[in-house]
Amino acid sequence: MRRAFLIAVPYLWLVALFLIPFVIVFKISLSDVALARPPYMPQLDLSAGWDGVKSFFAELDFENFAFLTTDDLYWKAYLSSLRIALISTALTLLVGYPIAYAMARAAPEWRPTLLMLVILPFWTSFLIRVYAWMGILSNEGLLNQFLLWLGAIDTPLTILNTNTAVYIGVVYTYLPFMILPIYSALERMDDSLLEAAEDLGCSRLSAFWLVTVPLSKNGIIAGCFLVFIPVIGEFVIPSLLGGSGTLMIGKVLWEEFFSNRDWPVASAVAIILLLILIIPIILFQRNEQKQREAEG
Amino acid sequence: MKRFTWFNATALTLGFAFLYVPMIILIVYSFNSSKLVTVWAGFSTRWYGELLQNEEFLDAAWVTLKVAVMSSTIATVLGTMAALVLVRAGRFAGRTLFSGMIYAPLVMPEVITGLSLLLLFIGIGLERGVLTIVLAHTTFSMCYVSVVVSSRLVTFDRSLEEAALDLGCSPFEAFRLVTLPIIAPAVISGWLLAFTLSLDDLVIASFTTGPSATTLPIKIFSAVRLGVSPEINALSTLMIAVVTVGVIIASLVTKQAAIRQARDERMAERPA
Repeated sequence: MRRAFLIAVPYLWLVALFLIPFVIVFKISLSDVALARPPYMPQLDLSAGWDGVKSFFAELDFENFAFLTTDDLYWKAYLSSLRIALISTALTLLVGYPIAYAMARAAPEWRPTLLMLVILPFWTSFLIRVYAWMGILSNEGLLNQFLLWLGAIDTPLTILNTNTAVYIGVVYTYLPFMILPIYSALERMDDSLLEAAEDLGCSRLSAFWLVTVPLSKNGIIAGCFLVFIPVIGEFVIPSLLGGSGTLMIGKVLWEEFFSNRDWPVASAVAIILLLILIIPIILFQRNEQKQREAEG
Repeated sequence: MKRFTWFNATALTLGFAFLYVPMIILIVYSFNSSKLVTVWAGFSTRWYGELLQNEEFLDAAWVTLKVAVMSSTIATVLGTMAALVLVRAGRFAGRTLFSGMIYAPLVMPEVITGLSLLLLFIGIGLERGVLTIVLAHTTFSMCYVSVVVSSRLVTFDRSLEEAALDLGCSPFEAFRLVTLPIIAPAVISGWLLAFTLSLDDLVIASFTTGPSATTLPIKIFSAVRLGVSPEINALSTLMIAVVTVGVIIASLVTKQAAIRQARDERMAERPA
């Protein structure tokens, strides 16, 4: 009885506020736009009994999905989200790995402080962290002022409202997600393995490539997925730092919904986005599982 | 420590500079007297004064706080229950679906969560406002809470609970007197996580709110879309300060609790 109650309460909550909303999104993605409130049809008319249900299902179709393939805005947005997510994940790895490496090599009494310094920005508002770059990257911004003062450039660089600014924003905000799993993999590494490699004639660099990198492989994979998966659907970074040329699917969905008020198409965009995400999510789960089994 | 080289020192310095310099610049420029955010014109607290008189921001801050307290508290209760189910309930019909529903929101893009909840609220005719944001925030943050709490429950020694039951506790008393104090640090960090997630959320709140309730992130987002403003810098500085103080206090408290618990455990292990 107590057990049933314990299971039922969170279960019902999630069914009502997580599962059912998805069924609704899926249903609306098969509906047509209508000049009505709510702006889509058909509506399920239960008062008409079985005929109502039948005619409801008869009117659902995959038209919106067909529409997504005809308008090249959508598949361009999907591809460009994937590309931006891929490039920025690689950049985050490039920036994050040396930091995680150095943290794992720092004196043990320093490590908790360093860890705290990596986590602290994560607790600060995401929106504020993205906003902080707007003042730095703009044409009159501090970065341009600094570069002009150095004499490195003669005319201000246009960085804000380009994809470059989006990459910088992603690396900045998602860096802790990359550092933490790599750090925890490197921290557990046995230093004597490196000594052994060097005793056997490896140079430091090849010992790094042959010993350290493979041993931190799981951390690297986890970190990359933790960055890649959320960046695909990212909305705040492209809309504040990106320009009109920055096409990302999260932004397209938002505009489809709020500006064009085309709910069926927005729902279809959401369904395809989910389908795209399922593959990396499954790969990520599998990696985590493998790691747990290796440890357990 | 022989491997701590110049390379490592440089990596740490540059890395932390990258993480912190943008925030420091933001904070410094919130004290700039000029309206032009990129030109330094002298020290002033003018923008803080204007901020405190800006009723829209104050209202939004109040709404945000209300939503965060309510949603994180409900999410902590539900998330802890869900963690108990995940770790202890064993097999039951629909268990796979249950754990799927716990983990899926963690990787779900916010735009999809927001869209789907909005369509639900419209579908059932629920008027959008504080209530709908609380429902939305509770739903995704309870999943984070349950992940945090279940990671603590996995290592929990159930014989302690059994001892309490043998000594005459009711199951609920055993939970309240034995289990809860031991998992309390995880429950508290779950609450804090849920609280910050709610404070921070722009996308889901934008979808699920109505005209009656504007949260701070929504307000900030619509303001910064037009560009950088010193008032937003001041607001950001205040938020950074609150978070920093909060995190430091929380880490001190958990450290104290860990020390106390270690001491208690040593006392318990000492042969009588």
